[in-house]
Amino acid sequence: MAGGIFMARPEEAPEQDIRDFLVMAEHTLDAHEVDRRDFLCVATVGVTAVGAGFASWPLIAQWGAAADVLALATIEVDLAPVAEGQQITVNWRGKPVFIRHRTAEEIAAARDVDMDDLKDPQPDSERALRPEWLIMVGVCTHLGCVPLGNQGEYNGWFCPCHGSHYDTSGRIRKGPAPENLGIPDYVFTDDTTVVIG
Amino acid sequence: MAEIMNNGFVRWFDRRLPILSWTNHHLIDYPAPRNLNYMWNFGSLAGLALVIQIVTGIVLSMHYTPHADMAFDSVERIMRDVEYGWLMRYAHANGASFFFIVVYLHVFRGLYYGSYKAPREVLWWIGLVILLAMMATAFMGYVLPWGQMSYWAATVITNLLSALPVIGEALVGWVWGGFSVDNPTLVRFYALHFLLPFVIVGLVGLHLWALHHTKSGNPLGIDTTGPQDSIRFHPYYTIKDAFGAGMFLLIFAVFLFYAPNYLGHPDNYIPADPLKTPAHIVPEWYFLPFYAILRAIPSKLGGAIAMALSIGILFLLPWLDTSRVRSATFRPVFRWFFWILVIDIIVLGVVGANPPEGAWIDIGRIATAWYFLHFLILLPLIGWFERPRPLPSSIASAVLDGSGPASARRGER
Repeated sequence: MAGGIFMARPEEAPEQDIRDFLVMAEHTLDAHEVDRRDFLCVATVGVTAVGAGFASWPLIAQWGAAADVLALATIEVDLAPVAEGQQITVNWRGKPVFIRHRTAEEIAAARDVDMDDLKDPQPDSERALRPEWLIMVGVCTHLGCVPLGNQGEYNGWFCPCHGSHYDTSGRIRKGPAPENLGIPDYVFTDDTTVVIG
Repeated sequence: MAEIMNNGFVRWFDRRLPILSWTNHHLIDYPAPRNLNYMWNFGSLAGLALVIQIVTGIVLSMHYTPHADMAFDSVERIMRDVEYGWLMRYAHANGASFFFIVVYLHVFRGLYYGSYKAPREVLWWIGLVILLAMMATAFMGYVLPWGQMSYWAATVITNLLSALPVIGEALVGWVWGGFSVDNPTLVRFYALHFLLPFVIVGLVGLHLWALHHTKSGNPLGIDTTGPQDSIRFHPYYTIKDAFGAGMFLLIFAVFLFYAPNYLGHPDNYIPADPLKTPAHIVPEWYFLPFYAILRAIPSKLGGAIAMALSIGILFLLPWLDTSRVRSATFRPVFRWFFWILVIDIIVLGVVGANPPEGAWIDIGRIATAWYFLHFLILLPLIGWFERPRPLPSSIASAVLDGSGPASARRGER
């Protein structure tokens, strides 16, 4: 194999990049004489690796959310039957979403809080587009249990799994959970209809 | 390989689990005949096709619902909604066809070069068992989409069992799990369709074990006499197999991306209807010759027996072929009849694809008769009466001094 296609002949110097490749390859290949077979071997393995990479992408991607799953990612909820002080739970993307028609006292309690007392400071006005409607994902930010309504030391939600207390704005006040209950994207399409997602 | 064994840990590990020496023995330093031609690529290609089927099949199983009411829709969901589901399903459906293409070429290679002859009879048998397991797997897989062709293929094929005297009817009811092909049939076919490929993997292991024990045949059909007749498997045949795999994938990709439904039947996009049979039902192309043999015999039991025997007699091939010369290269008469047999099987395939009317019936019967005549009468006789051409003294001498197969054929003319 000596004098393969990339060995320099005296009368014609190889291109600079080929020379660089030879230097690099010699270092990596234990400084034995780099011949055509080494080049072909590296090229074959390289092309195979790239091909295998492309071929494996569909095998990985197929586990992702399918089009029909994504298509069901938005729900529309009719709020008309929910009286003041009531709360409903709807299923959105397989998770509970709490929709609470808050009373004036609950709103006042949620707003009358010093930000310094909060573990995850956030004013109530940022958590409810319309103050009377509190819409949040009912999944405890600790380890994913569903908190119970009208309970806990702050009269909001209490998670029975590990004892996290949330206030009437769904903010974490006491216990192991690190963050406030999540707020999904939603818009009111009219006064009694909300689209979540 | 040698360099990696200088590493102390590698040596320590290999003494406890000799996976590296084993790999070296069977895939790297393994001595292979130096004259293998491209017909020897199809074994590794069949292995590649099996891997493609298992990988895409496991993916499909994660999205498919094995229930008569939901199977069809779940397959359509795979086609439309699952990320790259269309690619997985088309690769699996066309992969089955390509698996059969390479396996049939592999079998024809064996028929031409006498790969079934001593000492490779068991190797040949295991190959035939693999072929039968493939057919069962392919058939049951075809049922799973629960389209019209799926349903009626399942009905027709399972009804073959009813041809058996006395126990036939009861046996079919047992296979169905009811009074007709229905949900229980679908679910058990799904379970077996998942199981059988792994049985095939095990059989392939036995096939390779037998192969590495008796060693590869070669186009000259003579045994290796010494190191001068062999070359190392790596890099010579790894690169040759890799090149073949590249060509295989290229052709596979043409079908996969440009004609994914060419080998299928459009009626299978109609949901199964137990009350209405499609006007013209045909099996997938790889079953057509056997289907033609089934229909050629004007008797229910007779047709089923003939179809079973069409593969069954291949188990006896090592003894039906009485010639001791393996390679058709040195068998001037056998070679003609080999190609006539190839044409005969293609004719059977064409007959199988056409409705059983008019001339097709007669052509199918003649071709079926010739198939059995070839194996049962002609092969034993040719072996006795044919005068083979002289065999070269060794592979090396044939390859190096020009007395190889090409010059042997030239000399004959």
